[in-house]
Amino acid sequence: MSEKEWPLWEVFIRSKQGLDHKHCGSLHAPDAKMAIQMARDVYTRRNEGVSIWVVPSAAIAASDPDDHESFVEPMAAKIYRHPTFYQLPDELEHM
Amino acid sequence: MSSSTCEFALRMGDNALILGQRLGEWLGHGPQLEEDIASANIALDLVGQARLWLSLAGRLEGRGRDEDALAYARAQHEFRNCTLVELPNGDYAFTIVRRMLFDAYQRVLLGRLAGGAQAEIAAIAAKSKKEADYHWRHSADWTLRFGDGTDESHRRAQGALDRLWGYTRELFVPDPVDPEADSLRGPWLALVEPLLKEATLAIPAETKFISTGKRGLHSEHLGYVLAEMQFLQRAYPGAKW
Amino acid sequence: MYTQSMDLPGQVQLAGDSPEERRFQARVDADAKIEPRDWMPEAYRRTLLRQISQHAHSEIVGMYPEGNWITRAPSLKRKAILIAKVQDEAGHGLYLYSAAETLGQSRGEMMAALNSGKAKYSSIFNYPSLTWADVGAIGWLVDGAAIMNQIPICRCSYGPYARAMIRICKEESFHQRQGFDIMLSLARGTPEQIAMAQDALERWWWPCLMMFGPPDQDSTHSAQSMKWKIKRVSNDELRQKFVDVTVPQAEILGLRIPDPELKWNEQRGHYDFGPIDWDEFWRVVNGDGPCNRERLAARVAAWEEGRWVREAALAYSHRKYRREAA
Repeated sequence: MSEKEWPLWEVFIRSKQGLDHKHCGSLHAPDAKMAIQMARDVYTRRNEGVSIWVVPSAAIAASDPDDHESFVEPMAAKIYRHPTFYQLPDELEHM
Repeated sequence: MSSSTCEFALRMGDNALILGQRLGEWLGHGPQLEEDIASANIALDLVGQARLWLSLAGRLEGRGRDEDALAYARAQHEFRNCTLVELPNGDYAFTIVRRMLFDAYQRVLLGRLAGGAQAEIAAIAAKSKKEADYHWRHSADWTLRFGDGTDESHRRAQGALDRLWGYTRELFVPDPVDPEADSLRGPWLALVEPLLKEATLAIPAETKFISTGKRGLHSEHLGYVLAEMQFLQRAYPGAKW
Repeated sequence: MYTQSMDLPGQVQLAGDSPEERRFQARVDADAKIEPRDWMPEAYRRTLLRQISQHAHSEIVGMYPEGNWITRAPSLKRKAILIAKVQDEAGHGLYLYSAAETLGQSRGEMMAALNSGKAKYSSIFNYPSLTWADVGAIGWLVDGAAIMNQIPICRCSYGPYARAMIRICKEESFHQRQGFDIMLSLARGTPEQIAMAQDALERWWWPCLMMFGPPDQDSTHSAQSMKWKIKRVSNDELRQKFVDVTVPQAEILGLRIPDPELKWNEQRGHYDFGPIDWDEFWRVVNGDGPCNRERLAARVAAWEEGRWVREAALAYSHRKYRREAA
């Protein structure tokens, strides 16, 4: 009996006004609303005034690390080796 | 400062303390790691609020009792928390729905206190209100997910609501310590009713049941909570930790 | 220490000698960071995945011995500090699961491996926390040992693991201090409190020494992990460092370390210490320690009983987003 997992989200935090958002890790959440809430609890210990972006990990397109010598158009390569990255979870269709 | 202000601070502190105690039981046992982190944040907030309110109560009382003397040396009948917060956690639906009902109450009550005339109370209330807003967002969101999730989650959430609803009446019973308690019911319902409707949960029928925890007359559950919470201090009287 | 079970023969695969592997090794030798999509030997990936996931499991199983005392903490301040510490452990577990997922295993798969008993976690968490002094001893000794192990990993070759460790080390600062502070309060307290502290030290000392894993001579596959810069310091070296640092701390507490052979060796410039019972170590690592079954049962219960919760959250998301799209 296999349970469908909560999708994986990448978390980007702007910790102070004037700074860029920085990637700080990932977490599992059922949707964007909960992902943001959890990111606040996990990655900012609830500091106010920070800006949080969450992106489904599967939505990130990455350059191929083998082609860093020349400019390459972003490929559909995924950022992780995770096997389930390559199937878009149903719930993402409506986001 | 009247002794009823001291009583009021005790009620606030004991509510936060006992609910924080119950929440602390979940750490390591929650349904997902991310939720354990959220629960811990909320438990921390509540223990923090308890410390502020109990310290204030001790100062107002003027008998030299600090937050720990109040938390660890009072007998059961001296605790002033509402019965709602001392009930066992049950499953996650029960835990969440109980919190949702209480978080809504905290929001409206603390909102009123933050604008009140008594400076010390207003200060604690202002800080706690921000936390209560956050707690409500969390418990309201989960209530929606349970009510409008799967058949099983709906069944559990409705069952929890059916068992818990009767314990909310106590929150709005006015008395000399809190003469305006009944005026909070309207704003509280304004938060809770739309949420339950969106969650497809039915509001249980009113009954004549009233719990009496805030008067010091508790359910059988508080005895066990205190036995666990207070045991070290009672087993080693006079020791410093 | 998160690879204790990997010191069994056959657990760590050795590198091959292809051109790609040699190029990879050259990058590692030059202290370049390996990132998730870089080419890596399959053996490197598997070794790392096992180590990081076992490290993550250790953090979340580690929530139990201290978490058990949250409801019984003897002051509100101690209660708050303990909740914060256990919360940190959950957070650290999460950072590490996050790093492990970049290598191709999902959280669900890792949980299944843990719950089935296949995946290991640090042996130390299979010991029971019997008194409040245990909470102090765990912070002082177990966190002390963990910090010693963690700092070198901040320089490990795999980017996500190194970055997770840096984040963890930043948050670790108060963990050991709070444990030592508890021990200090007890050591300066009533005769019963002093006895409580002494008893806890006696029960946790040897298991803490075992945390660092088998002696180097029995860890035949450490060499490969060192080459790949996954492991940065040897077991014996870390264990010795731990003893050297901790003995003076015990002296400050006025507590007696339960080792009659413990004494300063002027020639070596280190403390000599007595033999470790490696039979006990392997028994505990292989599932027959005092609490293994309970720890596992707690994890399985949390996961299984939480299934309906996770499913409900997903079902709600599906329905909500379908409605909004309509």
